[in-house]
Amino acid sequence: MKTITETTDTVKKFLDLYRENRELIVGSEPAQISELRDKAIKHFGEIGFPIKKDEKYKYTHLEPMFNGSLSTRIQPRKLKFDLEDIFRCDVPSLETDVLLVLNGHYYTATGEKLIEKDNGIIIGSLAEAIRKYPKLLLKHYGQYAELKNEPFVALNTACSKDGIFLYVPENQVMEKPVQVINLLLSDENEMVQHRNLFIAEKNSKAEVIICDHTLSPHMFLTNSVSEISIAENASVDVLRLQNEHNNSVQITNTWINQEKDSTGRHSTITLNGGKVRNNLNVKLDGEGATNNALGLYLIDKQQHVDNFTVIEHLKPNCVSNQHYKGVLDDIATGSFTGKIHVFPDAQKTAAFQSNKNILLSKDAKMHTKPQLEIYADDVKCSHGATVGQLDENALFYLQARGIPKSEAKLMMMFAFASEVISGIKEETLRNRIQDLVNKRLRGELSRCKNCAINCYD
Amino acid sequence: MLSIKDLKVKVEGRDILKGINIDVKPGEVHAIMGPNGSGKSTLAATLAGKDTFEVTSGEVRYLGKDLLDLSPEDRAREGIFLGFQYPVEIPGVSMVNFLRTALNEHMKYKGEKPLSAGDFLKLMREKKELVDINSDLTSRSVNEGFSGGEKKKNEIFQMALLNPRLAILDETDSGLDIDALRIVAKGVNNLRSKDNAIIVITHYQRLLDYIVPDYVHVLYNGKIVKSGDKTLAYELEKNGYDWIRQESDINV
Repeated sequence: MKTITETTDTVKKFLDLYRENRELIVGSEPAQISELRDKAIKHFGEIGFPIKKDEKYKYTHLEPMFNGSLSTRIQPRKLKFDLEDIFRCDVPSLETDVLLVLNGHYYTATGEKLIEKDNGIIIGSLAEAIRKYPKLLLKHYGQYAELKNEPFVALNTACSKDGIFLYVPENQVMEKPVQVINLLLSDENEMVQHRNLFIAEKNSKAEVIICDHTLSPHMFLTNSVSEISIAENASVDVLRLQNEHNNSVQITNTWINQEKDSTGRHSTITLNGGKVRNNLNVKLDGEGATNNALGLYLIDKQQHVDNFTVIEHLKPNCVSNQHYKGVLDDIATGSFTGKIHVFPDAQKTAAFQSNKNILLSKDAKMHTKPQLEIYADDVKCSHGATVGQLDENALFYLQARGIPKSEAKLMMMFAFASEVISGIKEETLRNRIQDLVNKRLRGELSRCKNCAINCYD
Repeated sequence: MLSIKDLKVKVEGRDILKGINIDVKPGEVHAIMGPNGSGKSTLAATLAGKDTFEVTSGEVRYLGKDLLDLSPEDRAREGIFLGFQYPVEIPGVSMVNFLRTALNEHMKYKGEKPLSAGDFLKLMREKKELVDINSDLTSRSVNEGFSGGEKKKNEIFQMALLNPRLAILDETDSGLDIDALRIVAKGVNNLRSKDNAIIVITHYQRLLDYIVPDYVHVLYNGKIVKSGDKTLAYELEKNGYDWIRQESDINV
């Protein structure tokens, strides 16, 4: 069946943008990537943005966000600023290799675009990696993020130029995590599309922390794609910390492919954001693979966070755990849709999912929906979802011991959140995140603390 | 110390307490007995400040203050301790964090400096011995996975740590074996002094062998229908509540 989609003005805007700038976008890249772009934009033209009735985007209508006056730069622009002056990371004191991405483009003060370590590990600019290591890169680029019926992946695939590339060769272990800091800074409303590719070869180990920040008050629309390939017996741990201002829109598309006996872990912690949609897609494509997907969102005011996960069990004996929790205040709205798809071959699958939510006000809203599609007969799958208030009896118990109600509420919210945070393996990072979450819940974490402009409320 | 006058309380629209009068002086131990559903737990929770209970009339003075005007946390910091009949499990909140926060809130209220981590742990060890509480209980989440007996001992442990002026123990003895009962009684008797007072709510005379009350009140159908000394408890044990029921129903 072919559905006919009307080409809206917004879709047309992006088709035109691509057509008019194709030469600039393509540059001197390998033909394989350009062909993929052409294919992607063609498909995008066919499917358009998700319509309101689209079951996958029922609670997050994004097309209007692409509508307004947004500058869509293909090339990075020269911004004059001193990064030290305006940005101080909230996750300091971690031994990490720090990489900066400014408005979707790799940023370096030294001119070194790729860091190549003695043990063969490569980290740095994706655009540079395409230029320097096309063969290595093309084995993976565009292989995991699907275009079909994925308008945001398609749009990104057509237009994105840069982002982070990480390569860990066979048997190598990254000594310290890579910390990617995505900064948004502009003097006008801006749309940003960047792309990450992380490759962990056999028996290797990698850890990546991604922090998303807005540094100026303009409306930012980010549509990013991350492809993560985890080969046999390799382990990759990605933690994404979203802390953008209330006037931002963020769409993340993360595609993880796992081979035999590999371990993948993906955590998404949303401390702040305007409208956030996180698509997480995991393919367990080798026996004995394990994936843990964690999520925590703490939102208030008019913020909206939508987590949409698809975990595909393609081979037998794989384990997946999804653990998402949220605290919603004021008139914030949230959505969680978690799909577990067990293919006929995937016997002995163990797949678990839970989504728990606390609503702090009567106007906050949460939609939660588990979706299980199981085509194998010898599997263990479970799911659970709750939306509730803080336990009044527990609050009274704490108060009856002399703890003020506000503090008692915080204690219970910390406790609620720490169930997810305790899933973060590395201790220093876990403590930092705990600290950030505590500050966020206390209202002490200001997005503006990192920003010299100090313009937002 | 505590003076309850004509206290009437509604719970979910139903009249539960229909005019309670009790006077508690420093140094006294009062026992409140009565059949199920007579309003004992409502009285205890009302004194601790449960806000879903609606006080429709009456007055409660505590150390010269209007108790009903205070928030639950302020009542606690003014020295009132409620030992819960059903201690609440709070997953994710560690016992240590909970106790330390509570204790420091008490210190802050009194204008004293919070305890250092070392002093706090020392105090905790000391009190733990007193109630014979298993040390790994304090490393767990509040009441989570505790057995019934452990939960009750944990209440007494918290009481020992917070050292209240007025302890209200709501059926702390129910579901306890004789050894646990002794430990609970020991904890309560340790708190006894000429300045402190204790209200023990119980079904059974058994506990009163260990915690000897100065007064025994019988609560029935939302009212104190009989008061006396400890011999009243023996009488109840021997004859049950039926004669109380008959007597008070005739009076009504």
